[in-house]
Amino acid sequence: MAGYSDPAFDTLALHAGAAPDPATGARAVPIHLSTSFVFDSSDHAASLFNMERAGHVYSRISNPTCAVLEERIAALDGGVGAIATASGQAALHLAIATLAGAGSHIVASTALYGGSHNLLHYTLSRFGIETTFVKPRDLAAWKAAIRPHTKLLFGETLGNPGLDVLDIPRVSAIAHDAGVPLLVDSTFTTPWLMKPLDLGADLVFHSATKFLSGHGTIVGGVLVDGGLFDWAASGRFAELTQPYSGFHGMVFAEESTTGPFLLRARREGLRDFGACMSPHTAWLILQGIETLALRMERHVANTRKVVQFLAQHPMVQGVGYPELESHPDHVLAKQLLPRGCGAVFCFELKGSRGTHEGPATRSQGKAFIEALKIFSHLANVGDCRSLVIHPASTTHFRMDDAALASAGIGPGTIRLSIGLEDADDLIDDLGRALKAAQKS
Amino acid sequence: MNIDLDGHGAYAYTGGKPFDATLPGVVFVHGALHDHSVWILQSRYLAHHGRAVLAVDLPAHGRSGGTPLGVEAAGQWIARLVEASGVQRTALVGHSMGSLIALEAAARLGALASVLVMVGTAYPMKVSPKLLELCQRDVLAAIDLVNALSNSTHAAKPSHPGPGFSIHGSNRALMRRMQRGYAEGNLFMADFSACDAYGGLAAAAPRVQCPTTLVLGSRDQMTLPQAVAPLVETLKPRVVTLPAGHNLMAEAPDGLLAAINQALQQDQAR
Repeated sequence: MAGYSDPAFDTLALHAGAAPDPATGARAVPIHLSTSFVFDSSDHAASLFNMERAGHVYSRISNPTCAVLEERIAALDGGVGAIATASGQAALHLAIATLAGAGSHIVASTALYGGSHNLLHYTLSRFGIETTFVKPRDLAAWKAAIRPHTKLLFGETLGNPGLDVLDIPRVSAIAHDAGVPLLVDSTFTTPWLMKPLDLGADLVFHSATKFLSGHGTIVGGVLVDGGLFDWAASGRFAELTQPYSGFHGMVFAEESTTGPFLLRARREGLRDFGACMSPHTAWLILQGIETLALRMERHVANTRKVVQFLAQHPMVQGVGYPELESHPDHVLAKQLLPRGCGAVFCFELKGSRGTHEGPATRSQGKAFIEALKIFSHLANVGDCRSLVIHPASTTHFRMDDAALASAGIGPGTIRLSIGLEDADDLIDDLGRALKAAQKS
Repeated sequence: MNIDLDGHGAYAYTGGKPFDATLPGVVFVHGALHDHSVWILQSRYLAHHGRAVLAVDLPAHGRSGGTPLGVEAAGQWIARLVEASGVQRTALVGHSMGSLIALEAAARLGALASVLVMVGTAYPMKVSPKLLELCQRDVLAAIDLVNALSNSTHAAKPSHPGPGFSIHGSNRALMRRMQRGYAEGNLFMADFSACDAYGGLAAAAPRVQCPTTLVLGSRDQMTLPQAVAPLVETLKPRVVTLPAGHNLMAEAPDGLLAAINQALQQDQAR
């Protein structure tokens, strides 16, 4: 029966969700910059509103260009569908708001993007949703933290800032034993490096702002559902298994066996919170995804060269990259991330002039940053251009050294996002800046 | 809606409206490793347009208990479900394996059956021995193979059940859920063996009293559109061919709904 199989990643990245436009013959995906869509008849209108027919009504709820992106990323991640959102943060919020409300509880990894931590720790607690944070490697802590009202377990494929590799098979098993889904932020890895749904995760989201679009031009997010979690059997999700008065008493889990989460997320979350994606943004992300495999391969190859350079440099105290044997998740990374561990990592500057072996100072970190010529100093990752940031003088500048240490950050911690430039040029740039840091 | 049959719960989705047995009925019968949710659009539309809808989960599928049945026994099960529902007259719409079950049910229901619509069908519905062997050895691989053959495109519009869904991913997940949900045995093997073993057309066809429509996918690689000659010869059906693969409910939801509506009108014209 050879010859019949799912298309490979590169093919799906170009074709999933899109066919030549039947109206014009346009081969590339058209940008449907239309707020709303004409009904064929009154009956057609009513049936669209009542989910008796599939189609587009209003671009906050769905849009043909956004739908191509949603279907494409769903195909790449191996999910049943997806929802494009205004940002990665909006995707995370949509996932949580669809399943949780006041009185709900979440268990999350401590190794999170700062924006995710802020949402969980500060903002959602104001709305009655409590989060317990656990060290991602502490499997017993994940299990112990689950409560009767826990709605989600949540972590990142590669945690911030130390690239802790989330043991998705084991954490998802803990979640499923308790009837709880596992939500994973897959931004750093993209489906080219890892497919969390295949490893046991139930929901995945991406900040498409990063590698998916890949060019630092847009802000967007995508939320993907694997379709295998049994919401009815869990007993924890009346939101999906009981009539919803906000949509004609619809019981989403009856309407769709594999897609009730996405149905509710779109028909409530997008409808009411409204954090939808612009079709123009979706089109730019689609352009990025078409070359995702090529770019990620180059991102990883460049990163490996830079990591190797830094790991051997006398001004570098340590490099946190899971492909290095020194990383605590080295073995797990080889199992879960055989194509590579991404292109974002941190390294630690060593103390100045080699006169002491301790950590660098904040001023050395600043000197390093200011000496760089190719790396751009800014707060983003996943651009085709190489990026750098010194957390102690920027994102975490209000913290003293002790507080920094508790966050896993030192005064001389530098975060790099390796781009697609010639790796030798990147290494020259870093070497020059390391000398500047040494002299400061 | 749950109906008790043989001590097992039989589940049928009623299209998002309470079931009203005084209305003309439409019974939807899913195919192998599927459940009622494949009919969500067509069943929901008809339920909101004057029909009493029962989109069933066959025994051992989805929310219905029991064990998997062969085609004739499943046809009997549908006939008893219809009688238990209290509906006076009903159309029968089946997909793939479900089309054969609907045929058997129509034969048993006689004058109670108003219309028979066989979607993505063939007779005989032979299954490759290699596929059955694969499902014994690696059922997930067998599901992937059937999924690849069932969908003719990765870009069906407007997608199913709505924009943003991957019909390919949804169908794969549904088949995995059905396989996982029947822990007592290999549901894939049971369903596809039932298709392969069915040989009841000659006995059933003379007992079918209602008009029949075949709805075929021009790109169907599971039940090839040319593999309906015995059905055409015996049932004298109206044949509608849509530009779709085997997964017609998802690839051509509006075209299929139109074909079903035409079939229902055919009954009204009688």
